Amino acid sequence: MVIVSHSLKAAEGIKEIAQQMGSDVPLAAVGGTADGRIGTDPLMIKKAIEGVMGPDGVLLLVDLGSAVMNAQLAVEMLGDEDQEQVVLSNAPILEGAVVAVVESAMGHDLERVKRAAEEASHMEKLL
Amino acid sequence: MKVAKDQIVAMIKEMAASVAENKKYLTELDSAIGDGDHGINMDRGFRKVLERLPAVEDKDVGSIFKNVGMSLISAVGGAAGPLYGTYFMEFGKVAAGKEELTNGDLEKMLAAGLNGIKRRGKAVVGEKTMVDALEPAAEAFAAAAAKDKTPLACFQAAVAAAKKGKEATIPMLAKKGRAHYLGERSIGHQDPGATSSELILASMLKVLEG
Repeated sequence: MVIVSHSLKAAEGIKEIAQQMGSDVPLAAVGGTADGRIGTDPLMIKKAIEGVMGPDGVLLLVDLGSAVMNAQLAVEMLGDEDQEQVVLSNAPILEGAVVAVVESAMGHDLERVKRAAEEASHMEKLL
Repeated sequence: MKVAKDQIVAMIKEMAASVAENKKYLTELDSAIGDGDHGINMDRGFRKVLERLPAVEDKDVGSIFKNVGMSLISAVGGAAGPLYGTYFMEFGKVAAGKEELTNGDLEKMLAAGLNGIKRRGKAVVGEKTMVDALEPAAEAFAAAAAKDKTPLACFQAAVAAAKKGKEATIPMLAKKGRAHYLGERSIGHQDPGATSSELILASMLKVLEG
């Protein structure tokens, strides 16, 4: 799984929180620009995807606007085979990451992990 | 009448100069309804474009524009990076292998670039985005080209349409990007993306005017 935020700090923080739910799930955090500004960089995202790429594929969790477009660009820059293995999620980035790590640690496949993460947008916080 | 490669290179340099000159203006527009980094991001992107230009300016026009696209994608940081990056990559595809451009090439480039931006940003006219300047510009260029006008006259029509399109974003409610979060408060402000789009087209025109 790759967590893409406009801020590296935010991406790393979300990674830390989510990783608690399953320490064996390969997680990468990427955020900010190459020169340390707020933003996203498709080349950095591509590198992060390649870093966690495995036979089960990669789920991408993104925050806002340009993170979505740059994540899509990063996927397009991958080879054809790798492209099919990467899925962009519509899930809320923090809640989605937590749910996705739980589902992934349970051994579910990419499609099911993606669906579960997206369900997180309906999670009630105030019960 | 054709546009020569050295004019294309001059256009790209003019874009960089225009963005640098309007850096503060674009950032002010973006501070009103966005995250306030459009001028800074565009300037950083076009500096990278200039830095990489000498290495490709002897290649075909397609390679020159692809290099502009890749430079913007790698250096901008905000949403303008993937959007304008896609715009110029699409220019590059149309101009691949060419040493000069006809009106027909330019018309195809503006249409392909526009479609690339619409596909990447999922925006249509009326949502307070770059598309509001670029779509009328591409249409005006095509209409002028159909009447066998010179590239100069076609670009004059395109820039006039882009300017009108840019001004039309002022009363619009933003439907895309960070301005979308502002809802009604986005009304009354000119869109920074439509503004930089007009600057880019106006830079191309300026070179043809000589």
